[in-house]
Amino acid sequence: MTPATVSIGAQFINLLAAVLLLLSFAMLSQRRILSLIDLFAMQGAVLFVSTLVVAFTTGQVHLYYSATLTLVLKVLLLPWILHRLIRRLNVKWDVETLINIPTTMLVGIVLVIFAFNLALPISELAGTITRSTLGIALATVMLSFLMMITRRKAVPQVIGFLAMENGLFFAATSATYGMPMVVELGIALDVLVGMIILGVFFFQIREQFDSLDIRHLEQLREE
Amino acid sequence: MSATTVILQLLQVVVGLALAPLLAGWVNQCRTWLQNKSAPPLWQPYRQLSKLFHKEVVLAHDASPLFRAVPYILVACMALACAIIPTLSTDLPFAPAADAIALVGIFALARVFIALAGMDIGTAFGSLGSRREMLIGFLAEPALLMVFFTASLISRSTSLATIVETLAHREFAIYPSLAFAGVAFTMVSLAENARVPVDNPATHLELTMIHEAMILEYSGRHLALVEWSAALKLYAYSCLGLALFFPWGIPEGVGLANFAVAVPALLGKLAIGGFLLALIETLSAKMRIFRAPEFLGTAFLLAVLGMLVHFLLEKGI
Amino acid sequence: MTAGAAWLPIDAAVALAACWLVLGAAGLFAPRNLAYVGRLLFPLGALVALLLAATGLAALHASPQVMVLALGLPDLPFHLRVDSLSALFLVLLGGAGAGISIYAAGYFRPGEGTAPGLQCLQYHLFLASMAFVMMADDAYFFMVSWETMALSSFFLVTSDHRIPEIRRAGYLYLLIAHIGAIGILLSFGVLQGGSGDYTFAGMRAQPHAGWWASAAFGLALFGFGAKAGLLPLHVWLPEAHPAAPSPVSAMMSGVMLKASIYGLLRVTFDLLQTQLWWWGVIVLALGLLTALFGVIFSAVQTDMKRLLAYSSIENIGLILVAYGLAVTFRGFGMAALAALALTAMLYHCLNHAAFKSLLFLCTGSVLHATRSRSLGRLGGLIHRMPWVAWLALVGVLASAGLPPGNGFVSEWLLLQGFLFTPGLPHGYVNMLVPVAAAAVAMTAALSGYVMVKFFGIVFLGRPREESLVQAHDAGTLERIGLTWLAALCLLLGLAPVAVIGELDRVTRPLVGHGLGEAARAGGWLLLAPIDAARASYSPLLVLAAIAAVFALAVMAVHRLYHRRVRRADPWDCGFPRQTARMQDTAEGFGQPIRQVFEPFFRMERELPSPFDATPRYRVTVADHLWHWLYLPIARAAEFGTRLVAFLQQGRIAVYLLYSFFTLLALLFFIR
Repeated sequence: MTPATVSIGAQFINLLAAVLLLLSFAMLSQRRILSLIDLFAMQGAVLFVSTLVVAFTTGQVHLYYSATLTLVLKVLLLPWILHRLIRRLNVKWDVETLINIPTTMLVGIVLVIFAFNLALPISELAGTITRSTLGIALATVMLSFLMMITRRKAVPQVIGFLAMENGLFFAATSATYGMPMVVELGIALDVLVGMIILGVFFFQIREQFDSLDIRHLEQLREE
Repeated sequence: MSATTVILQLLQVVVGLALAPLLAGWVNQCRTWLQNKSAPPLWQPYRQLSKLFHKEVVLAHDASPLFRAVPYILVACMALACAIIPTLSTDLPFAPAADAIALVGIFALARVFIALAGMDIGTAFGSLGSRREMLIGFLAEPALLMVFFTASLISRSTSLATIVETLAHREFAIYPSLAFAGVAFTMVSLAENARVPVDNPATHLELTMIHEAMILEYSGRHLALVEWSAALKLYAYSCLGLALFFPWGIPEGVGLANFAVAVPALLGKLAIGGFLLALIETLSAKMRIFRAPEFLGTAFLLAVLGMLVHFLLEKGI
Repeated sequence: MTAGAAWLPIDAAVALAACWLVLGAAGLFAPRNLAYVGRLLFPLGALVALLLAATGLAALHASPQVMVLALGLPDLPFHLRVDSLSALFLVLLGGAGAGISIYAAGYFRPGEGTAPGLQCLQYHLFLASMAFVMMADDAYFFMVSWETMALSSFFLVTSDHRIPEIRRAGYLYLLIAHIGAIGILLSFGVLQGGSGDYTFAGMRAQPHAGWWASAAFGLALFGFGAKAGLLPLHVWLPEAHPAAPSPVSAMMSGVMLKASIYGLLRVTFDLLQTQLWWWGVIVLALGLLTALFGVIFSAVQTDMKRLLAYSSIENIGLILVAYGLAVTFRGFGMAALAALALTAMLYHCLNHAAFKSLLFLCTGSVLHATRSRSLGRLGGLIHRMPWVAWLALVGVLASAGLPPGNGFVSEWLLLQGFLFTPGLPHGYVNMLVPVAAAAVAMTAALSGYVMVKFFGIVFLGRPREESLVQAHDAGTLERIGLTWLAALCLLLGLAPVAVIGELDRVTRPLVGHGLGEAARAGGWLLLAPIDAARASYSPLLVLAAIAAVFALAVMAVHRLYHRRVRRADPWDCGFPRQTARMQDTAEGFGQPIRQVFEPFFRMERELPSPFDATPRYRVTVADHLWHWLYLPIARAAEFGTRLVAFLQQGRIAVYLLYSFFTLLALLFFIR
């Protein structure tokens, strides 16, 4: 492939994919909860732009809708809810990590290599212009998973969960030009409802243990 | 190798030597503006240097010849770095003598010598600074090397001139891997030039400083040379960043017309870069020293990630 | 030996090695006569080494030669062969050996451990056995030389055998050397493939099926790795190197470790016809671990020879990384790249032999002058021992991998090798290799840390002990040895094109390609192993530029301003009662590394309480592997022996009964 055959649009999406990965790593290494939410919102914004670009270059109209949905839900609504939650729960403390950050990032790098190699044969099959971003989407999902594993406070875990959904969404737009609208709406609703339920849970957990440290949940197992 | 290229080569070094204090002055000025202070004049670093050159050298009794040689070695290393980083042209006759890997080595050479000088007098302070400097160095150096590796994977060469030519003069393409490399490079340059999140160039508070602790025993012309080489290092890193990530405006050939483009382009880019540096310094707070390995470890891993992204996204390009 | 006719290099090499044996035996005539041994035999040994290096160079240019010595067992003569690979390592042995021997001539003092004459015998036996290892052409002679090398070096290590730690170190060394030797022996057993022909020529002719080849390779890696200090078989190295007298440490670290690298190369690239790529990946990973482990532990040491010993582990790791890369490339059939990696590896072998011998010898001089190996009792020696200090600086810069030193050249070549990997046909390897390059870069940077610590604490600053004021510089013979090795460092650093031209002769028979032509195409000044647009480096130009700017700056500053200097006390920060003991110690200098790489170490700290009148701070840093791997094995062995302990009755009749039953059983089974 020469640069001529790879269109500017595809190159731009590649760039956005890289930024998405960068943001995932930033989230993995971020200690502060408020910055974490900002990073999440930025991830949403990147998704919004990339969906727009895919919609524009391929002319798929329904992608404009899902872009709008992304903007409203992931850039505006969810961060707002999270901010509100933080304020209400009064938890602006530092995020603690289980393993130290360089080690976490090292594990992250290994995951990225794994994901890239996993995606290599699949993206050979895909015919879309943005096929090589599939590896990045996969890596984003895995990194979010890693983030959920390494955190022990409840709110960052939820953010990890949401970021994982971001990765899936990106995989969907980049590999197959988006899911059917019904599915997308359903997922959006799921995320929203899940978010609200988790919010309720937070209050319950804090009421019970006076803290959002989920290590306390270990006490709940059967002796 | 023609006479003009040789002249241009020398000119590039001379421009570096002359401009470096100006850049330091400009960054200082921007920073004081941003912090709502009244700024010192732009040529303050020159005055400082001239004052120091005129002053007498006060040397500790225990200073060895190594201590007296180090300031000159530093200037030599930094001048060499300025000679091989393409700033005014990519056609430099001296450039083949050292590629990107050798450039990292030259920076490391300067670092090792200044760390040794810090330990030479045998005060607790000096060796504390040396130890910290080496701590920063062992993480910053491989990160810088990985940034170069990303760029060389794109251009299939470790020669800086070829890298810049490829990035500046080939058909336009977006390289996502360079985004990673750029972030990593910024972090590394902040650490290497003793800038705010890692070190504070404006303080002499013993618990926080790195670079200033090492050079505490220097005075007079020696201190002038050390300060000058620090300014040169900042200039070299800035030019390196511009050459790798914003290479447009560095001409390929030689000649007066090219030169007329190159100098204003360089000045403009340096002015913007210096302002951004001041902005970063104003916006961030100094880290604890043991956060610095984390900061640089992140830079290192980002640079490695850049290489991996290159393999995934840019293999075909 | 065919006297009269033109002497072949192999004849000369064998004769020279025999000279070493004679010199060693001559030491026994007057074992206590220091002047005879030190002023006559050791300088003669150095001369022989020098001639051997010259012979090696000649052999490098000649075609391979074979020779059969009618010694050894009947029907089992010793086969010898000198090809370019052997020749290169003979050059290494002779070059480093010349410097070390002349240094050793001035080093030995009366009343230190073993009698000098006996040490002379052991030392020259050690040298000769290494030469024979590099020339052996059958498994039998190879193993005889190998074991002689191990035993003679064991006796040299334990020359101060009255000290229990040294006895313990020697025992550990011997144990691991022998476990390694078993691996090598088994590897040869696999290589001969049932033919019963133990000559190397016979092994070369054997076709090795996949699994058998892998088994032979694995056993060889284990065996030679044990001698080289490959993780996790490295534990003997930091014990044995400090225990030995300094010239012996230099010899072991500089040359003996390379003998095992030679063996590894001989087995993989010469005796085995096929190389599988995944062998390379395994060695690459092991080498990286070894290098990182070595350098991290090196940074926290407080004993200068232990520090250098761990640094040797690091360098062996780097050599194995290059070797792994070469095998990987070779396995994928990329001859040119394999040659690049192999050149980097061989170059680093030469470099390490030069600078590590130099540094070990420098510690020897410091040890003699100050009677202390502990970094906490040294300091400020650049004023009392300028010769040693400035020559050590050459070694330090080389070891830290800084341009224009020689360590940088091999590192540069290795990194170039890594940059070429995108062509590899295997996805994972393709992506993992850049990560490995990152680890190599970090190792190199950390070695800078280590070397600043070493040089800064030993030679710079103020003397930490009163007695250091009486320290004296090295004697004339020692200075000659040090200068010779420093000169080798400079030569290797500044003339890479010529060196690569010589290495070309070695890589060509092994992997079918070499860098010589491409390197020469760039001219003698410019090293461009692939082509000039791709990468180039010229140490001479770099040095010239630095020197020119240096001189110009000195002249300009002195001419334009003034050259006044006033001596004064250092700035005391308002606390006038500072003493030299308040300088950074070795523990203090290693503290950041201890903190950053905490999981690597097994640390025990004793912190003083704030109310202590005589506060003591103690920290011991140990190796996890010792506790996780070696102690369990030792415990298992102890348990096993206790199980069979009842066999030990103490009565001769019972023992005879055992032998008798064994005989009966054997007769029954064999019939």
